[in-house]
Amino acid sequence: MRSNTYGKGLPGLALATVITLCAALALTFFYAPLDANQGFVQKIFYIHVPLAIIALCGFIAAAVMAIMYLRTGDRKWDMRSYVAIHMALIFGIGGLIAGSIWAKASWGHWWVWQEPTLVSYLIVLLLFCTYQPLRFSIEDPERQSLYASVFAIVAGAFVPLNFLAVRLATAYVHPRVLNLEGGALPGPMKLTFYVSLLGFALLYVTLWKFEMVSKDARSQVRRLRRALLGDDAGRPYGRSAAPL
Amino acid sequence: MSPLFAITPALPLGKAGKFVAAAYIVVFVILLVYVGIMALRSQRTQRELDQLRRDVDAVKAARELDEEERERAGETLDGRGERSEQIV
Repeated sequence: MRSNTYGKGLPGLALATVITLCAALALTFFYAPLDANQGFVQKIFYIHVPLAIIALCGFIAAAVMAIMYLRTGDRKWDMRSYVAIHMALIFGIGGLIAGSIWAKASWGHWWVWQEPTLVSYLIVLLLFCTYQPLRFSIEDPERQSLYASVFAIVAGAFVPLNFLAVRLATAYVHPRVLNLEGGALPGPMKLTFYVSLLGFALLYVTLWKFEMVSKDARSQVRRLRRALLGDDAGRPYGRSAAPL
Repeated sequence: MSPLFAITPALPLGKAGKFVAAAYIVVFVILLVYVGIMALRSQRTQRELDQLRRDVDAVKAARELDEEERERAGETLDGRGERSEQIV
């Protein structure tokens, strides 16, 4: 059995993730000042925004990986894209729930349908929620990878377009605290936010590698079993939708 | 702007604390559930791998036994052949 390349550096990365996230938590609760308008409830900002940003970046990264699959035909890229979308969905749902709790505390409502930022984010999440059903509905592994990659690219391209459309919208209540000029955050809040963003980015990469290790091991087990049964050309076992 | 979105005063710490704790706990639980599921899958893969190793060992043992039997059968045949030549 060939060695698992995705496990390389995983323990060190996991350690760096834990340290950064602990630092982010310490900064959030012991260093960052209370927001003048919202008070303590603004602390949700330090998980809600990084989770949402990382999720959206994950969708874009998955689209890039899908492009790599279409260019090379190497199914590893398809598996990477699949796992990137899976992880981004988990982060996205976490960000959505955290944001919803913040909205309830801040605006008095769990969800506000008139707010373009919330609705567009939900649309992106729902769009990517259809990725897995689409993938699992196709039995042929080659066609499955091809269609899933095309979907990942189109949906991934939708993410920045959606972001720009919302930014250009004038009527919104969702705060805009980040921009290219550095945003409206004071220094300690900005530092806390960036440490938190780094922590969640590391967490995303760690969990992505963790899942890749698991997926790679499973695909190797399947391949070995097929080889043992003398059925090298056969279809994958069980849910053939899992890449490789 | 709708009156719905009028800036609300900051919640008292006791009330805000519950919301902040809820948000952090929910995110932590989501990640924990994911890691738990992945750990279970890894265990299953490990079990499958162990089973596969046993299968491979069984196949190897069967092949070795088969080869030994063939060798023995070959020796017996050779022995008969020699004898028959001697008789002739």
